[in-house]
Parts: sequence; structure tokens; C-alpha cells
Amino acid sequence: MKARVHVTLKPGVLDPQGEAVRHSLNALGFDAVAGVRQGKVIELELSDMDPSAAEMQVSEMCEKLLANTVIENYAVEIL
Amino acid sequence: MRAAVIQFPGSNCDRDLKVSFDAVSGNDSTQMVWHKEASLPDGLDIIGIPGGFSFGDYLRCGAIAARSPIMSAVKNFADEGGYVIGICNGFQVLTETGILPGVLMQNADIKFLCKTIELQVETTNSPYTDRYTKHQKIQIPIAHHEGNYRADEQTLAELKDQDRIAFTYTDNPNGAAQDIAGILSKNRRVLGMMPHPERMADPKLGGTDGKALFAALAESIVSA
Repeated sequence: MKARVHVTLKPGVLDPQGEAVRHSLNALGFDAVAGVRQGKVIELELSDMDPSAAEMQVSEMCEKLLANTVIENYAVEIL
Repeated sequence: MRAAVIQFPGSNCDRDLKVSFDAVSGNDSTQMVWHKEASLPDGLDIIGIPGGFSFGDYLRCGAIAARSPIMSAVKNFADEGGYVIGICNGFQVLTETGILPGVLMQNADIKFLCKTIELQVETTNSPYTDRYTKHQKIQIPIAHHEGNYRADEQTLAELKDQDRIAFTYTDNPNGAAQDIAGILSKNRRVLGMMPHPERMADPKLGGTDGKALFAALAESIVSA
């Protein structure tokens, strides 16, 4: 089975990379872009198990390594 | 002074840190400890976490190094009152382990910065800074892409109230909150800083403003 983790910066945390992407998009003429926040997607290949157990395990992985909860939020998706 | 320097794959200031420790120890006794070790050599006074790009900065700077076997031992060492200094990537590793609060984010202008900058010494109340004078200006190099110190308001207030901001930038290069370049632990024995004092600890390197930090440390440890 697979799991997908979305790691995103918490609201209010400065995202210099997202800002640079926004500038670049604006420079390309995409005037509608008022803000960009960049995060990451991590895909995990897991041995088969009960989906709720998998979700718990992956959340634990996020707390211990995959996200820095000082500045990042995470969301777990079991596929 | 019995010192050790932790080495991760991708560390690149490990030898420089050993040279600085050795210079104030008066011998070449500083031990190098590989990250896969689960325990530290006996009788250490100070552990250095060096600069570099541990594990290629994968995931987040310092994140993988912080979960390596040796860092559990370093955390216990710090909890028991041992002295630890983390420089640059070493500072990032210390925040990722939770030994120091906050986080180092990407520089505000998303550029890698490599230059000598001016620091202001904010406190002389630490084993690392008591040979400087308060508000002394010193020249120390930086070399980082993630040096933008961030913490929540409460943590920043605590650092200030407890006089735990060791150094600030006089001309903030990376967007760090309150111009913070280096912070101390509650017991003042753990220092994390982005600038590289070990790169300014010998006249041949272009200056000696960093040497007082290592000299102060050796003196504090010997007299402790």
C-alpha cells in the first residue's frame, strides 16, 4: 500500500521560495497570482496493513522526522 | 580540555573545529566521532557539531543527522550539563534535535551567503563569550543558505529575557528574527551559531576574532 504526506509551511511562516516563484510567475504575465506557498510531497511504499494503523504510523513518522512541527504542518493520505 | 567533534557524511568543517579545539587544549587530543557510534568517548568536556552539509541537506538541513545514533548520546550529554557547540550546520542539527529551540530557515533572499560579516556580542555571561566585552563588534565569516533563525514569539521573548542571545548581526544578512546569529541553552553550556568562529581563529585565516571564543571555553572548563 502507499501513503502520501503533504508537508506545508504553517500560515504566517515566511516562505522565501514561494515568494520567488510568485515574482517569477508575475514576471511571466500571470498577474492573477497574489501569493505562492511551496511545500513538499513525500510518497511512502508500505507493507500492507490496516489503513487506520497505517495512518497512525505515518503520522508518527511525520512527528519524528518528516516534518518539523515548529514551522510545518503535515497531512497524511492513505492510498 | 577533552573535546570531540562529531562527523556526519557531508560535514566539512570538522577538521577546522578540531584545530581550534586543539589550539586551546595545547595538544592534539580532540577526538573525531563518527555519527554511527551509539556512545561517546568517556570523560569529554565539550562536543563540537561542525558545519557542512550533513546528509546533503536532504529533507531539511540537519534533520537526518539529528536522528543519527550519536545524537541521542549528545542529547544525554547536554541534558547532564555537558558543553556542546554547534556551528552552522551544527546549529541546524541542534535545533532539529530539540537541544536548542527554534529553527533555521532559508535565507530571506534565497541566496547562499559566503562572506565575513560583523557580529555584536550580546552577552558575556557564558563560557563561550566571557572573553569578549558586551556589545563588542567582531568579524566572523558566514557560509549558509539556511541561516534565517525563527522561533515563536514566546521563545524569542524567553531568549531575550533570559539573556540567551549570544550574538546578533549588525547588518542582518538572512532575515533572522531579532538579528539572531547565535543562542545559548538555559544552562548556558550549549551554544548554537550560524557564523564560523573556527574560520577566524588563526592569523593565517585572515583574523583572530573567533579565537577568544575557544580560549574562553577552555578556561571555563579548566576552572570548572
